[in-house]
Amino acid sequence: MAGTAVRGRLTWQTATVGPVTDETPHVRTLSLSVPDWSGHRAGQHVDVRLTAEDGYQAEREYSIASAPGEPLAITVERLDDGEVSPYLTEEAQSGDQFEVRGPVGGYFVWEPDTGGPLLLAAGGSGVVPLRAILRHRARTRSAVPVKLLYSSRSWEDVIYSSELDLPADGVEVIYTLTRHQPRAWKGYARRVDEQMLAEVAWPAGQGPLAYVCGPTSFVESVAAGLVGLGYPAGRVKTERFGATGR
Amino acid sequence: MDDAAVDDFAVDGNAIAGLLASVFGAEMTTAVGTCGSCGAVTVVAELPVYLTEIGTVVRCRSCYSVLMVFVSVRGMTCVDLMGLASLS
Amino acid sequence: MSPISRGFRRKREEAPAGRVPPGQYVTKDFPVLSAGPTPHTALSRWSFSITGGREAKSWTWDEFRALPTETLTTDIHCVTRWSKLDTTWQGVSLDVLLSAVEYESRYALAFSDGGYTTNLPVADLLGGKAWVAFEYGGGPLGAEHGGPARLLVPHLYFWKSAKWVRGLRLRDTDEPGFWENYGYHIYGDPWREQRYAGD
Repeated sequence: MAGTAVRGRLTWQTATVGPVTDETPHVRTLSLSVPDWSGHRAGQHVDVRLTAEDGYQAEREYSIASAPGEPLAITVERLDDGEVSPYLTEEAQSGDQFEVRGPVGGYFVWEPDTGGPLLLAAGGSGVVPLRAILRHRARTRSAVPVKLLYSSRSWEDVIYSSELDLPADGVEVIYTLTRHQPRAWKGYARRVDEQMLAEVAWPAGQGPLAYVCGPTSFVESVAAGLVGLGYPAGRVKTERFGATGR
Repeated sequence: MDDAAVDDFAVDGNAIAGLLASVFGAEMTTAVGTCGSCGAVTVVAELPVYLTEIGTVVRCRSCYSVLMVFVSVRGMTCVDLMGLASLS
Repeated sequence: MSPISRGFRRKREEAPAGRVPPGQYVTKDFPVLSAGPTPHTALSRWSFSITGGREAKSWTWDEFRALPTETLTTDIHCVTRWSKLDTTWQGVSLDVLLSAVEYESRYALAFSDGGYTTNLPVADLLGGKAWVAFEYGGGPLGAEHGGPARLLVPHLYFWKSAKWVRGLRLRDTDEPGFWENYGYHIYGDPWREQRYAGD
């Protein structure tokens, strides 16, 4: 039985696009239907493979946006010079098909008994796997306290804003808007730095666990900052999306 | 990690979880690699990974030596692990 | 059999017939493909050296920039199938650099900051076919594209145009460099589609 499950995760399976949701002008969530989907853990991702009529294939990976037990969904940010993301965010519609492999990832995952308190740090589209963690926490009625520090270019670029504006009990969301802020914005308005982390992060003495996800330079900077505040390196989990995110 | 080495073109071992699973037949991001050059021990998820269409290069976090290389040659994945002292 | 993703196509632009080698498509982008971190060598510490000849020869950045330069417009072809047309460069010809050295070797290994290497026959570096380029598109070559200087050998697949090049080791045998070691073709002629070893 276990052998079969592993095989299923390692092979490409057909995914059919279901409902899509535009989260921001550049970001779309696609609900996917995969027969015999084995389920997934919060924080995992899938590899996605598109095939053109001439046989050309392109592969990318996307974090799973939904919690365990919810239908599989991915959230994709359109990259201007991208090849796959413009297709997924603008062209793909309900009924279209591509392939997924996974779920994959055993490191950047959270379950209620992983514990906390949790510091989730998101740079741009790095919020996607962290949102899956938040939804899983809510669905399991976990009482682990959470702070989400979410760095975004502007308010318009904040993904899942309506959901994050109604955080579950024990969840605090702190935004920093690095490029443009709404009039009368009273929150942070700069890139995450050690001062901001010192003000926001759980004190190291409370034994927190951090999940940091986003562009590589964001992750490197925040992870180093948290270690500088006394977080053991082993309690700072990282997932780097490269230069511009996926 | 050295500030000067922060490189936006690198991802990390999380990004090749699927590739590693298809090559090794198991979830590998929590596996631990030991660098054959400097002996640094790092969980695969935290290794710098240079992921491009020409090939995927996994390097040591400390000394940047090449640990693993994956190249797709005529549809087949070729794997070189010679830079690792161990992977467990 | 993979299902077709309706409406998905490779990003491509039209190429004039016969302009690009077989299996290539044209792009207006300039993708960055790196095997390691971008080095940042201060010009005060940069040098280009040729070893393996009768005597080693080395140029500092200032000495290198005092050499005669050429501007050229050329197409470049990546083994990952993109071609970029009419790219403009400025650099020092390998004819100039190699003329400063006495040697008999027929092969060279180009080496770069960060440890990248690639091998070429010396004949493919001579006769106006290769440069050490320091300007691209009318401005200084950016670090992500190999600056301060990269090898430029446009008649071969672009992995032979080593970024962050620091010199050549002349040798008597053609030994594989970085990508050649991992399965790519020892020579890499795009017009004969020599992508992988054995092609």
